Order: sequence, then C-alpha cells, then structure tokens
Amino acid sequence: MVSAGALEQFYALFEAWGIPWIVPRLAIMLGVVSIIIGFISVSAMFLIWWERKISAHIQARFGPMRVGGWHGWAQSIADGLKLLLKEDIIPTRADRPVFILAPIVVFAASLATYVVIPFGPGLIVQDLNIGILYIIAISSLTVVGIIMAGWGSNNKYAALGALRSAAQAVSYEVPLVISLLGPLLLVGSLRMTDIVEYQGGTWLGILPGWLIVVQPLAFLIYFTCAVAETNRLPFDIPEAESELVSGFHVEYSGMRFAIFFLAEYANMFVVCAIATTVFLGGWQGPLLAPWVWFLLKTYFLLFVMIWLRWTLARVRVDQLMHVAWKVLLPLAFVNLGITGLLVLVLSPMG
Amino acid sequence: MAADYAYVALFLIVGLLFVVLNIDVLSRIIRPANPTPEKLTTYECGEDPIGGPWLRIHIRYYLFTLMFILFAVETVFLFLWAIVYRSLGLFAFIEMMIFIVILLVGLAYAWAKGALEWV
Repeated sequence: MVSAGALEQFYALFEAWGIPWIVPRLAIMLGVVSIIIGFISVSAMFLIWWERKISAHIQARFGPMRVGGWHGWAQSIADGLKLLLKEDIIPTRADRPVFILAPIVVFAASLATYVVIPFGPGLIVQDLNIGILYIIAISSLTVVGIIMAGWGSNNKYAALGALRSAAQAVSYEVPLVISLLGPLLLVGSLRMTDIVEYQGGTWLGILPGWLIVVQPLAFLIYFTCAVAETNRLPFDIPEAESELVSGFHVEYSGMRFAIFFLAEYANMFVVCAIATTVFLGGWQGPLLAPWVWFLLKTYFLLFVMIWLRWTLARVRVDQLMHVAWKVLLPLAFVNLGITGLLVLVLSPMG
Repeated sequence: MAADYAYVALFLIVGLLFVVLNIDVLSRIIRPANPTPEKLTTYECGEDPIGGPWLRIHIRYYLFTLMFILFAVETVFLFLWAIVYRSLGLFAFIEMMIFIVILLVGLAYAWAKGALEWV
C-alpha cells in the first residue's frame, strides 16, 4: 500500500512534465482495477478447484488429481483455457443484442461490488460513505443480467430458470437487507471501514467484539439469504441441473459461459465478504496480517457454503418462498425491533 | 463527493471491456467457428422446440415482485433511520415501529389472502 504522500509526489512528477492531471490518476485507477480483476480470476479458479476437492472428499472420492501435479491444482486453469478455445454458439432464434449484453451486465455488476470490500486497513478501493447500501444496490443488478440471459436465449429452460431466479432473488433480498439493519443500528454508519472498526474491542471483556456475538440471529438470516441470493444449494432451483439443465445459461457456450461462471464465484466471494465485514469483525484479529484474517474468515464462510451443498437436499419452490416470506422476514423484523429496543435501553443517549 | 464514484464508473466500464476483450478479441482469435444450422438450433434435449418460451407469465411472479417493491422501498427509509437512530432515541424508535407495523399489517393481509402461497 502506497502512502498518500508518495501518491501526491507521483502526480506532481507528471505535472512537472506537462502531462494533463488526469493521466497519472487514471493510470493508478486502472492499475487498481487490474489488481481486482486479477484477484477475482485467481480467487474464482481457486474456489472452483477447492469446491471440487471438498465435494469429492465429502463423497469419499479424490476429485481432480492429474493436471499440474499436486492434487490437480492446475485443473481450473486448464478448464479456463479450454473454455477460451471453445466455439461461440449463438442460437439463430436468440435475441442477439440481449443475449450478448447479458454476461456483460452480470460481470460488470459483480465487479463493481468490489469497490467497497475492505480487505484491510487502507486496502479498500474506495471507502464510500454508503458502503453497504451500495453493495446491496449494485448486486441487485445481477438479477437484471440473469433475466436478460433467460429472455435473450429464447429457450424454455433458460426462460424458466431466469424467472425462478428473479423470484428467488427478490424474495430473499428483503430479509437479507433487514437482517443487516440490526448490526447497522449498533454501528450507526454504512461505511465499511466504520463497521469493521466498531468491532475492534471486546464484549464483556472476554468475547471478541464481533457483531455475530450480539446479532447471532441476524447472521443466520443473512447467511441463509446469501446462499439463496447466489443460487447455491439447497436453494439452487433456478439452476437445478436435473430438471432445467442449469437454467438461464443453458444456451451459453465457451467464453460467454465462462464469464457467467466467473461472476457467480465472484458473487459468492462478495456475499461472504459482507458477512465477514458485518458479523465476523472484518480484518480484525491477532498476530496475523489484517488481510490474511479477512481472507481466512471469508474463505471459511465459503467452505461452509460448499459444505451446505453436500449436506442439505434441494428445497421445493413452495418451501423456498415459504421460508423467505413467512419465516425469515418476520424473524428479521423481530430481530430489528429487539435490537432497537435494547440499544434504546442500554446505551446512553447522545 | 461525486469524485468518490469515479471508481464505480471505472469498474463498470472495465467490467464491460473485460468481457468484450475476452469474448470478442482474445477468444475470437483462437477459437474455431464453423456453425451449422443444426448447431444453431435452440437446445431442447434433441427435440425440435414447439412454440416459443416468450409466453404469458404466471400471476404469482407478479404478486411476489409487488411485495418485493413494497419492502424494498421501505428498507431505503430504514437505512437512513438506522444511521441516525442513536441521536434521535425514543422518538425514532416509536415512529419507526409505527411505520413497520403498518407494513407488517400489509404482510399479514397478503399472508391471509394467500398471496404468499406458491401454488
């Protein structure tokens, strides 16, 4: 991480050379974007390999073992190269502009959420003052991309998958947002770094200052909704391989499919990163570097997500809606009300 | 203030360029392209599709979307309320509880009417 002073010197240098002020700033910004895209790609490839290994070991198999030598670590790289070499098929009946635009919308939306993810103190692209609201708003755009993909494909499986995905995403977004309000009530700020710094102390002197300690119900609601938002098992009705042959991206092949896949794993990382930031104390932790703590906690939650996949069976669509509207939403409101009341009673007015 | 969002704009633009670069430049150079009419048909497990997928959509999707809009608009107010909650105290709590209860009455009505059933 470079200090602000060094950055100013860097800008001043370019100004002395008579280069417009925007050039060095744009160069730095492009550098940051490249780092984030690099992180997303590497993280997604690692996650895909990791998921395959965990899935395999849960089922007493080995999973990928050959590519690259040690436990098939290069399997995802090989798969990525294979997808790059695959023919690009756009069905004649597809709505071409919508079909082509859909992966762009999905990927751009998931990339934009990385702007406010706090990897460590100072390791945040831009600490927006509406941080968490911004993430929730931008990540909703993914649904638009999914509907575009389903509609543009002009395929029955894709259309059904997209519709189900939209219904599920909008239903689970409501309890997700309301469950986040409990912690925000305590923090009193939407800025991501403020949320992390609030959790620096301890509860009662012994427990870590993480918000999961005082908001366990909110965490459970949030995590359930997060699993549903990313269309993961047991809430993977939109993709249901056995009936919808993977839903909205059934007509996509080669690199277009790879982009959807990349965005999906990028989104999984984002929802777990939010859970880490809001409930698990973000980068806070002893001994290790802050960004190591952040990644450790986030990848632990991702592991739980993969673990859930092989523990729970897929729910039916009516059960899915039942859980969202009749269980999680009232619970989230109860949590919000109790939190509000306790803050009122326990904390001094200021 | 607005300058804070330069990164957001840049991320969206780069997201677009990244996808275009990968699909229409990098992959286009190295991938094969020999489309045949069969290959470009709509995938339906080998059968010829009968009818299109752009049908009328069941009303239940609309009902859930309507519920979503109701609560999504509400949460925008709740975010603002949550930030200033500590400085407003009891007044903010009672006022927001009235607001939430009105909404919960709406939820209860939808529940009783069976709008939350997926049939």
